[in-house]
Amino acid sequence: MKFTMTVSPDFSPDHIAGWYIFNTWLQNQTKQAISLNLYNSFDKQREDIKADKIDLIYANPYDASMLIRDKGFIAIASPYQKSDEAVICVNSETNYTCVEDLKPGCTVATADDPEVSTIGMIMLEPADLSKDNVTVDELKNYVMVAKNLIGNKADAGFFLKEAYDDMSKFIKSQIRPIVTSEISVIRHTFLVGPNFLENSSISEDAFRTLINSMHESEKGASTLKSLGFDKWDNQDHEEAEFMIDLMETLVD
Amino acid sequence: MSDVKISYYDGTKSVKTIVDEEVPYPDGKLIVSRTDTFGNITHFNQAFVDMSGYGEDELLGKSHYILRHPDMPAAAFKDLWDTIKSGKKWKGYVKNLRKDGKYYWVYAVVVPNVRKGKVVGYASVRRKPSRTKINECIALYKTMLAEEQS
Repeated sequence: MKFTMTVSPDFSPDHIAGWYIFNTWLQNQTKQAISLNLYNSFDKQREDIKADKIDLIYANPYDASMLIRDKGFIAIASPYQKSDEAVICVNSETNYTCVEDLKPGCTVATADDPEVSTIGMIMLEPADLSKDNVTVDELKNYVMVAKNLIGNKADAGFFLKEAYDDMSKFIKSQIRPIVTSEISVIRHTFLVGPNFLENSSISEDAFRTLINSMHESEKGASTLKSLGFDKWDNQDHEEAEFMIDLMETLVD
Repeated sequence: MSDVKISYYDGTKSVKTIVDEEVPYPDGKLIVSRTDTFGNITHFNQAFVDMSGYGEDELLGKSHYILRHPDMPAAAFKDLWDTIKSGKKWKGYVKNLRKDGKYYWVYAVVVPNVRKGKVVGYASVRRKPSRTKINECIALYKTMLAEEQS
């Protein structure tokens, strides 16, 4: 039987190769045929999740709720000491120094990333800004968000912190962060679905041990490095459920 | 600075020193805590410790009302408990009391933690509120409090 793995579309382009390396490592370790299917669109990926076409997924916290509570996926691990944070940036030449400087009617640029959009809008609340009184331009990616800021087509832009950190020095010299989230408890999570657990030859416990001890082998450690983190942090069911509860507090 | 006697819903009372000084809510941070079904604190993050002014040992196992400011009307907390006990999400603006007597305003969202169909506790996430909303609540809570005390 062949299984399908996917990654939340908000992964850094720098780590595309890393996910293919991880997929190869996983196939070798589990002796299962697993194909990696990467998506550009959250909507298309969700369609395939709903159609039960996905067996393993590195999911953003937004989708983890649906995967765990509706689809019976099980949380295995999250990147160690790596939480999902968002940054609001402005054009460096503007006078904006804090979100309260932004006024109703302003334009906000964001990428197609529901988690970052949610955190970004929450960070605008102290300025009495919401989707009702700002124009939100949803763009294809974070580079486009930066370009809109630099071209003065947007007053503020939302970035995944990791995406902002990975921007070139040239771009960073033209945009300026005014606030960065410090949420700490919201993280991407590697999940395994019921089809894989029922039809593969590896048990949940063995799979969990495999993933969480990955950093202990030279090959595993170098694979993790290509994904941008040092090791996995075990996530049990209750930890994942609690994170979903927290996500629920952030959405209307 | 003044000493104020606060009565809690479970009948207990305590005297707290109140300092009329606001501690600004830090940008970008979320205060996270979790209680059992009785409102006793079981988990919290560092932002909770930092903003409350209490040590970790002083918070764990204590009732969440340790943060109750006397300017908050009892009706607001009754509404909170009635809402979450019915399995729904509660949102509202809350003036919290720090250990040092100062205060901080939050926008709080509380959800029940439902496991296998049963409520096992409550999660509360607080974030930075808008000053406009705070000002509205100062006026509203003052009126509510006056009605409660009349």
